[in-house]
Order: sequence, then C-alpha cells, then structure tokens
Amino acid sequence: MIAIVDYGAGNLTSVKKAFDRLGMESVVTSDPSCVRKAEKIVVPGVGHFDTTKKVSESGLRAVALDAISRGVPLLGICVGMQWLFDSSEESPQTTGLGLFQGVCGRFPAEVKSPHVGWNQLHMRGRSILMDGISRDSFVYFTHSYRAPIVPETCAATEYGGLFSSAVERGNVFGVQFHPEKSSDVGLRILRNFCGILLC
Amino acid sequence: MLTKRIIVCLDVDAGRVVKGVRFAGLRDAGDPAELAALHARAGADEIVLLDISATHEKRGILLETVQRTARALMIPFTVGGGIRSLDDAAAVFDAGADKIAINSAAMKDPSLIATIAARFGSQAVVVAIDVKRTLQADGSGTYFSVKSAGGRDATGREASTWSKEAQERGAGEILLTSMDSDGTKDGFDLELTRVVTAIVAIPVIASGGAGTKQHFVEVFRDGGADAALAASIFHFGEIALPELKAELSAEGIPMRWPC
Repeated sequence: MIAIVDYGAGNLTSVKKAFDRLGMESVVTSDPSCVRKAEKIVVPGVGHFDTTKKVSESGLRAVALDAISRGVPLLGICVGMQWLFDSSEESPQTTGLGLFQGVCGRFPAEVKSPHVGWNQLHMRGRSILMDGISRDSFVYFTHSYRAPIVPETCAATEYGGLFSSAVERGNVFGVQFHPEKSSDVGLRILRNFCGILLC
Repeated sequence: MLTKRIIVCLDVDAGRVVKGVRFAGLRDAGDPAELAALHARAGADEIVLLDISATHEKRGILLETVQRTARALMIPFTVGGGIRSLDDAAAVFDAGADKIAINSAAMKDPSLIATIAARFGSQAVVVAIDVKRTLQADGSGTYFSVKSAGGRDATGREASTWSKEAQERGAGEILLTSMDSDGTKDGFDLELTRVVTAIVAIPVIASGGAGTKQHFVEVFRDGGADAALAASIFHFGEIALPELKAELSAEGIPMRWPC
C-alpha cells in the first residue's frame, strides 16, 4: 500500500487518481500509524514551504525518517521534494529533512515567476525513477522556488538557469514537476516508483 | 525550454458541451469527459471547463461533470463559471480541478483572490478577464474596458490595471478574453495581449479570435502570450492539434511536441 501524506496542502486527489490508473492501492492519510505501515510513501505538495511544518508537528517527520532508514521508498513531489533539502528561502525558519544539501531559492528576476507550464528534463547519470524516459521529455511544472543542482540530481531543467527537477539517493526520490499532471511521461515515472522494492 | 501552451476550452451547460461540437468518431459529441480525453490525446497542454449554466440547480451536475472529466485527464485541468466563494472553489477542487477560474466574483470582492490563494496556492487561481474596447467618456478614444457577468455589465475597470491588481492579490495566471475578437476567427487581439503581458509578471492566457494556425504564431510572437486558448475550432476539427503544434514548432515557437 502507498501512503499519500496529507498535511493540508491542497488537492491530493490527482495523485491518488494516478495510482488508481496504474492499479496500485493507495490511501490519502494524515495518520502517522498508517504511514508507518506503508510500503511506499509519497509526500505531495502544492503551495507554500511553510505548510511542511505541519508534517513535523503531526509527528510525520519522525515517521518518514524512520521509514527511510528502514529502506521504504519515499517520493517527494513539488514542495514535497523541496522539503527533502535543508531549507527554502520561502520560509527560512522551517527546516527540511536535509537529505539533500542546499537551500531552495527564488527564480532570478529576468524570468517570470511562477514557472508554469511544460518544460524539459535533461537527464544526468543513471536513475531508477527516470528509467525508460527519453531525453528532453516534457513534464508539467508550477512553482516559484527551485532546488539547486546537487550530486544526486538525476534530471535538470532550464529556466533562468538550471535547477534540479529530479533527485535520487538510494530509496529517497524527489521531483519538482507534477508527474500526476504530466501525461504518459508522468505515469511512467510513477510506475517506476511503484516498481521499486524495499531497498 | 519552457513551452508555450495550447489550451482547449469546453463550454458546458448542464453537464453537456455546448457551443459547436461536431466531432467525428465520438459516441457522444457533447460529453465533456470524452471530449477532454480526446483533446488530451491529440496534444492539448491543458483543458479549461467553463460552466455557463445560470441556475443554482445545475451546480450539482457541474461537480459530477468535473469529477468525471478530471478522472479522464492526466494534464492540468481548470474549472470556471459561477465560483463565488471559497466554499464554491473548495467543492470544485475536491471534485478534481487543479485550478479554478474566477471572474465576476473577483471584481465584486477582490479579496476572494487572496482567500482562495491562501488556501490552495496562487498556482491554483486563474483570474479571468473579459475585455471590450470601449469609447472613453470624453469621446477622446477607446480603452480596454473590463466587463463582468459574462460580458453584460461594465465595471469601470481597465484591463491592465485590473490584471496588475489581480496579480498583487495572489492570482497565478490571467485568462484574458477579447470580447471584440471572440467568435470572429479574425485573430487574437494582439494589442490587448501586449498591454497586459507587459504589465504583469504572471502567465497570460490569450483567448478569443483564433481562426488559423498563423493567429497562434502571432499571439505568441507579437502578443507575448504564454498560452493561447480556443474552443470551437478544435471541437469542429477546423484546426487539428497535432498539425498546429507541428507548425508552431517549425516557426520556432517552443511547443510540447511531439508529446
């Protein structure tokens, strides 16, 4: 069973719907005991970095860290991916999980913000999550802050400079775009995630 | 590279697509979910569903329609028409919309933009603006007058200042419709599009007047639009999405193509 962590950040039905389409059982939950039992965890997110505080407050932060240490695959989407980094300029007082090093920051002033629409993935190195995804594939983004390029970046995207559109380290994965809104490419990425076994 | 978007609009009344649907190969040409899925497969970057039913009783049908349409799609899905409060918006998001479009209600109470953005994020709030070129009170020329209630009422607002205010209040995108061009198939209002894209930092969706592939080239190249929306030309098959996107790509406009 896949636990989709509900921490009050917007609409989670589309993530659930995508797993339904793949025939994978998933639940939207804010209950730590349910997340603890999950075989896979998804931390979705639209909106403000500040909302990730609710994950910590509800005890889900400790549950997520414990699951990761047990090898349970975890996927952060959008703000859920940024939460895997140290922090974000959007809410400097909120600490992320620090599994990837760096601070998420604003786009430079010369490009429109938010970055909304379909943009391309430039692959870097081997990736389980991006298996079978062609170079320069299009995925859907909508965000105002972006994560820096790190050694674990497995896909980068160009918009006012390169940023991390996907990161991967062991059983921890993050995507800045919305796979659940990215048509067949997104569905393939979610299917890859579903296929990852306990590490 | 970030691409320009082609958005297909479905005008829906009582759960049925209205305003010109004549599509070969569909079991039921008026079904929003079926039509949306067909456009998505053909390469639409996004779907907008506008509820044009006037009565309250039909709202329940809308939510069921939104639910079915959302289930058929894995691309962004915006729903507008008759959203007057945070509760209206929440019901539409619950039914599976990714973004909501608000128009008259935002002009009546501009704080609604911030209220919805605070709960669902700016990326989920599209402010729709209907514009008609109108003679100045002193007869010295025309200005871009914003209309509400489906274009019936004058609001005393000007398109670029209202767009700017909408952005400041938390709108994530502007859906800009030229009422003068709408339905003419003579092309988008490029001047209007330029005026608004020059003043806001958020994406602008141009709407009204699309008739040929060249009109799309113009609105991206000369109008500075981030996205272009049309309805009947796609429903009637006058312009096929794959051909349109291939031609725009060939003209050097960044497109999600092939997709």
